[in-house]
Amino acid sequence: MATAEAVEANPPVRRDTGSFRLGESLMVGLIYLCGISSILFVLAIFVFVFGEAAPLLWGDYGFSFKEFATSTQWYPSQPSNPEFGIVALFAGTAAVSVLSMVLAVPLGLGAAVYVSEFCHGKRKETLKIVIELLAAIPSVVWGFIGVMVLSPIIIETTGASIGTNILNGGVILALMSVPVIVSVGEDALKAVPDSYREAGLALGASRWEIVYRVLFPAAKNGLLAAVLLGVGRAIGETMAVLMATGHAVQIPTSVLDPVQTLTATIAAEMGEAVEHGTQFRVLFLIGVVLFGIAFVVNLTADVIVKGIKGKQND
Amino acid sequence: MTDVAQNSIRTRDLNLWYGDFQALKSVSVDIPQGKITSLIGPSGCGKTTLLRCFNRINERYGNVTTTGEITILGKNIYDENVSLAELRKTVGMVFQRPNPLPISIYENIVFGQRVHSRRGSMNRRDADATVQLALEEVDLWKDVKDLLKKKATLLTLEQQQKLCIARLLPLKPRVILMDEPCSALDAEGTEAIETLIEGLREKYTILIVTHNMAQARRASEECIYMLLGEIIEHGPTSEIFLSPKNKQTEMYIEGRYG
Ligand SMILES: Nc1ncnc2c1ncn2[C@@H]1O[C@H](COP(=O)(O)OP(=O)(O)OP(=O)(O)O)[C@@H](O)[C@H]1O
Ligand SMILES: [Mg+2]
Repeated sequence: MATAEAVEANPPVRRDTGSFRLGESLMVGLIYLCGISSILFVLAIFVFVFGEAAPLLWGDYGFSFKEFATSTQWYPSQPSNPEFGIVALFAGTAAVSVLSMVLAVPLGLGAAVYVSEFCHGKRKETLKIVIELLAAIPSVVWGFIGVMVLSPIIIETTGASIGTNILNGGVILALMSVPVIVSVGEDALKAVPDSYREAGLALGASRWEIVYRVLFPAAKNGLLAAVLLGVGRAIGETMAVLMATGHAVQIPTSVLDPVQTLTATIAAEMGEAVEHGTQFRVLFLIGVVLFGIAFVVNLTADVIVKGIKGKQND
Repeated sequence: MTDVAQNSIRTRDLNLWYGDFQALKSVSVDIPQGKITSLIGPSGCGKTTLLRCFNRINERYGNVTTTGEITILGKNIYDENVSLAELRKTVGMVFQRPNPLPISIYENIVFGQRVHSRRGSMNRRDADATVQLALEEVDLWKDVKDLLKKKATLLTLEQQQKLCIARLLPLKPRVILMDEPCSALDAEGTEAIETLIEGLREKYTILIVTHNMAQARRASEECIYMLLGEIIEHGPTSEIFLSPKNKQTEMYIEGRYG
């Protein structure tokens, strides 16, 4: 009785609800499709890349996986006896990425803290715009800067014979990762409720103590995400490192050694490799390795973030 | 001790502006030592602003200008050689919404000491004892003694507010400022916090902002009524509630009763 009255009293509400439901289920369907499609795309890309590389492993290419995984020799286009060892390339990627992170993480987090906590008004806005601009510079341009600007400086200051090397690539990659770390890190810090800062201040903490005693613990997941996005950018970046690291496949012994990274190898050699030939497929196999690295980085991030959460909750 | 300062907090002709807006107008008030003083008045009259002057936390907003004088325990807190850290050690603050830090319960309690002691000068056993003592004083120890490593933000609001009071105690403050400490709590929580405040009476000078007339009446010995940034009336709570001298005070108190 009461419900019948209520329905009669508000008929338009009922009609609205009906069309709202239809619209809503449509939206839900659409969003579901978007979600599924992203999984499908990733799967499709993996299947494609792995499909091109797979014949190496069981086909008749005279390719030894053991040699691939353990050899430092990379002579892919040698006609008589080509050699495909990934170790030196891997070392190149690792060296450049590690150096770039060593430079970019403190710089990026420091800048994020400065922008979010220590500056206001005009200066803050200007800085944020500059950082966004920095993030928008195409990687070829960064490569240019590496070759034309940084390289002579490195030669002059260190006396190295070649200016395009790990140091150059590392600095360029660091400059490319910093804007990512700053903007994601700043968002993470901004999301920390102001009441935490006031709690800390009221207990007598200085602004710097607030940063490392309050903000870092409160925003650690977001800051970790910022760092890992930076790492991802450094490992996946191709064009700039191709130009700035100087193409020399070798295990580096100093930061002034030129190296060649995994990504740069694919970009540089794909054009000249015979389609479906051994070299072509090996390059795809390197693609699979990059996939694997990306997966491991993300998984580590997940585990760390979950680990932190788990610890906090139990 | 008594002759040093009968009054814990003393302001003279205190004015405060947020930009062009004057939020405090010529406030001159003496808040007695070791008593509970309540600060009442309609919303927006400047209670929070006045409270936040006393630990100078107002200054974190860039647009605040203050003139006049504030003396706490005989010291002018605007003196150039006053250390903010020291001031805030002496004058603790409890906020309207419980705001324990998103770290463990244990770390919340020792936070103040970590900030105020030199690096590495705190030993584990002392810290453990401090934590237990502080939590016992707010009647929280038996509830959380097995949860010390858990995040403080997982506690109930009532427990969080108790924790926020407990974390002040290791710093041995002389004055505790409370800005509507019960407004986020239910009736039971309010009662628990009131009991707790009652227990802190005499050891500390307590200044408590409240919208709850019954609470002001129950919990405080002195009462200050503010309106539009000015202090309208200040006296023993019983007098203010029984025979307010000022018409506006009377209207406010009665309005709140009805
Ligand atoms: N940061 C600020 N910037 C500008 N104006 C402010 C700021 N904080 C408070 N005000 C203004 O100052 C006046 C006093 O505010 P205050 O918060 O002290 O009032 P209150 O008495 O605590 O009110 P309530 O009972 O609602 O908590 C209000 O008019 C408010 O709008
Ligand atoms: Mg207020």
